[in-house]
Amino acid sequence: MANQRDADHKLNPQSEIRNPQLEDPQSAIRNPQSAIGRSEIRNPQSEDPKSAIRNLMMPLNFFEKKFGLNSAHYEQLLSTALSHGGDFAEIYLEYRISEQISLEEGLVKNPTRSISQGAGLRVTCNERTGYAYSDDLDVKELNAAADIASHIGRASRSFKVALPAPRLPTRDLYAVDTPVLDLPLCEKLDLLKRADASARAFDSRITEVRAVLNNEICFVTVINSEDAFVSDWRPLTRFIVLAVAQDGRSRQMGQKGGGGRVGNDFFRQKSPESFARDAARQAIIALTADPAPAGEMDVVLGPGWPGILLHEAVGHGLEADFNRKKTSAFAGLLGQPVATSECTVVDDGTIPLLRGSLNIDDEGASTQCTVLIENGILKGFMQDRLTARLTGAALTGNGRRENYQSIPLPRMTNTYMLAGSRTPEDIIASVEKGLFAPSFGGGQVDITNGKFVFSANEAYLIEGGKLTRPLRGATLIGNGPDALKRVAAVGNDLQFDEGVGTCGKEGQLVPVGVGMPTLRLLKMTVGGTSL
Amino acid sequence: MISQRYRQLQETAEEAVRQAIRYGADEADAVLLSENEFHTNTRNGEVEVIKQAGKKSLGLRVIIDHRSAIASTSDFSLSTVESLSQEAIAAARQTSADSFLCLPERALYRDLDLTERWVDAEGLNIPGDQKIALAAAADKAARDLDPRIQNSEGGSFTSSESVWCYANSHGYSGTFPHSLFSLSAIPVAVQDGMMERDYWFSASCFLKKLRSPREVGEVAARRALRRLGARKISSCEAPVIFDCVTASSVMQHVCEALNGCAIYRKASFLADRLGESIASRAVNLIDDPTLAEGLGSRPFDAEGLPTNPAPLVRQGKLESYLLDSYSARKLGLRTTTSATRTVSGGPVPGPSNFYLKPGEATPQQLIASVGRGLYVTELIGFGVNLVSGDFSQGAAGVWIEAGELAYPVEEITIGGNLSGMLQSIDAIANDLEFLAPVSSPTFKISHMTISGR
Repeated sequence: MANQRDADHKLNPQSEIRNPQLEDPQSAIRNPQSAIGRSEIRNPQSEDPKSAIRNLMMPLNFFEKKFGLNSAHYEQLLSTALSHGGDFAEIYLEYRISEQISLEEGLVKNPTRSISQGAGLRVTCNERTGYAYSDDLDVKELNAAADIASHIGRASRSFKVALPAPRLPTRDLYAVDTPVLDLPLCEKLDLLKRADASARAFDSRITEVRAVLNNEICFVTVINSEDAFVSDWRPLTRFIVLAVAQDGRSRQMGQKGGGGRVGNDFFRQKSPESFARDAARQAIIALTADPAPAGEMDVVLGPGWPGILLHEAVGHGLEADFNRKKTSAFAGLLGQPVATSECTVVDDGTIPLLRGSLNIDDEGASTQCTVLIENGILKGFMQDRLTARLTGAALTGNGRRENYQSIPLPRMTNTYMLAGSRTPEDIIASVEKGLFAPSFGGGQVDITNGKFVFSANEAYLIEGGKLTRPLRGATLIGNGPDALKRVAAVGNDLQFDEGVGTCGKEGQLVPVGVGMPTLRLLKMTVGGTSL
Repeated sequence: MISQRYRQLQETAEEAVRQAIRYGADEADAVLLSENEFHTNTRNGEVEVIKQAGKKSLGLRVIIDHRSAIASTSDFSLSTVESLSQEAIAAARQTSADSFLCLPERALYRDLDLTERWVDAEGLNIPGDQKIALAAAADKAARDLDPRIQNSEGGSFTSSESVWCYANSHGYSGTFPHSLFSLSAIPVAVQDGMMERDYWFSASCFLKKLRSPREVGEVAARRALRRLGARKISSCEAPVIFDCVTASSVMQHVCEALNGCAIYRKASFLADRLGESIASRAVNLIDDPTLAEGLGSRPFDAEGLPTNPAPLVRQGKLESYLLDSYSARKLGLRTTTSATRTVSGGPVPGPSNFYLKPGEATPQQLIASVGRGLYVTELIGFGVNLVSGDFSQGAAGVWIEAGELAYPVEEITIGGNLSGMLQSIDAIANDLEFLAPVSSPTFKISHMTISGR
């Protein structure tokens, strides 16, 4: 939508929590997630989790069993789609069960469960894309959608498509025992209650606690006129705790969460209590924090989620669509130095259980580990089918979309920097005066001029190589092609984030991961309020 | 009277409510949304994207013993709606009892005039070629304005028609349609190897009320050109003028801080401030769902209650929060009939047409009144903390010297606290335009911290 800036590119751990809660009917209309599909809705307990989910043969013929769709139908749809001269046609089928359960004021309120289903029909013709979708998986409706999409072509011709045999991905990155979605409701409520109790017990100044559990399972099948007939299923879970601390009239907030494409054993490794205590601790520390300074100084970023730096400063700028159109600040810099030689940055969709990982992308291509920057030199871009075709590049498995209503775009999966050799203690000790930021909220970038910002939700002043005082309200701002040239030290402590990140681009939200070791950056602009 | 084609949708919502009561719910309500959209993007004379589709969905909320649950679907068959009701009731029984949870009282409902006020059937029916031509004209107008506009993300045109139905177990039901048209351009300006992008758009319920493609393209191009050659400035404290785009973004945060949900959760710097002076006397904030051409106008809210304008802040004094019936009961107040909801969620307060009341001066007069200061045209990032009010955002704009726009600046942040910022709004311009759920004219804040070199 034009009035939600097309130019926005944000990564925000809160966006999924905040937006649905605050949306009015007008924006809800535009929210693709508000279109919820059909199916029988069953009591979760009545489903045998093993038979429903664990069996990997299930996605292979999911849409045939449930909706009677088979190869002959798909061949017919693709032929219809190409009947006006398109050069590529695709059917994307999706069936998504999702739920949100939240607890506030110690009460579980309004648990929601939704089933969304639909198909996206896409036809491309050179640089042009025709797209139509349907939330009705009846063949007649799908044919109507294929016909609408076909008119992006400009000639009339008959085209017969012969599909390969359907297949599953060659690996399973989310081999979970029981998806969290399939746990009995009472067990999920227990996770929320444990978090609530733990945050409140942390300090008597914790006045409000909100805990939110989101679970989904999504079945997808991608069929195209070239080579794909592949199916996958994807579990996704996220658990977030928000704590508000109050002392007199001063109020502060802390938040912590985790998740990924994980199963029920996740909460045995990462307890709700640990997230709750971290959220409460952040809120309490902020009560006594001083306003952050304003101006240029050295900044040390902690490991894990601060990797949002990579996502904003270089990641978006290396998505191939902006480079194809030459509207990225990185266009034309391939083979050039864009970082110090300690920096190697990759995008890797193949790490088991991570939030940004995928067996196949949303165009049916296998995900992979793509080197973006190697020893400081710009090596490659992230591609979707359209950019790969138009620029003669190989696919990288980065074609992603929010749902069946969305046209795929080149998007990140898990973006991270390889570990260096310095210990984190050594890096902090090397700074005479600066800022240490171990935890961030969200970030945003303008891809064309490269300017990016991201905001700390926990930060400390470094004086004489030691952390002295907690600070609040610190925002970092920089310039993408220049930011990694300021890297003065790379730690040996690579960590991935806990699994809460959601990236927005052209209005489409997708789950992503980031990772980074401790990093020292020289002379970053810190946007505080204290001069 | 509602037209026949909406009748069936409303009956589906009513049937879902009946099912819920039959299976044991004390109370229930349902919303149904049906939408058709057309979207196109053209770039440099070529169509890049045409997207066209329709969709529909039904959300049902059941309440039993002051416990609730919500389920949603796009299959409207009787059997699905039945199992939906049963599923939701089973889930609700396992949640916590909440004595504040119930439908609004029956006496608040009344029959409404549901004349189709916000739908432009003629505009929705223009051929696709004409829609594409509008998008192409906006892109071309931007590219033709100046040789330094050398690239673009294109021009876009979107039209959509949405139909909202609501039904509840008090026996109230209603339906209203809304149309939306928008036209935008995103040009890229190039100079000395540096690129700057900006955008402009127009949006309306009525096609004829959209600004011309030429105006949209040229404003977008001027905004991008104005950014060329931007510098970073030294950190300082100075007056800051927010243009109507960035002013609306600041007011969006204020609107969220006034939301009844954030208030009863004590997750807002404006909690416990009712009746106090929270802003300078120049500030009046209103949410008005009854505006004749408002993008967010609605005859009834997401609980089916007839809507009224809600004055929230009058001459700086906080008179009301933005409330639905639940948050109102929690706070011991009356609903402002500001309930909104997504099909898959429950009712929550939200803006319809929320705005800062405009003043008399022109934006140029505001700029001329500043000796040295910053005119902000872009804000980026997530550096706003609604709990504490702390505000620190990335910014770009134009530096003001002796009352004149002197040179563009970027890669800076502006910082403050929303509480103090509201108290320091000392001038408001007359350029209010309703382009989003939250809108604001240009305004000036007497001093903020600017962080740069």
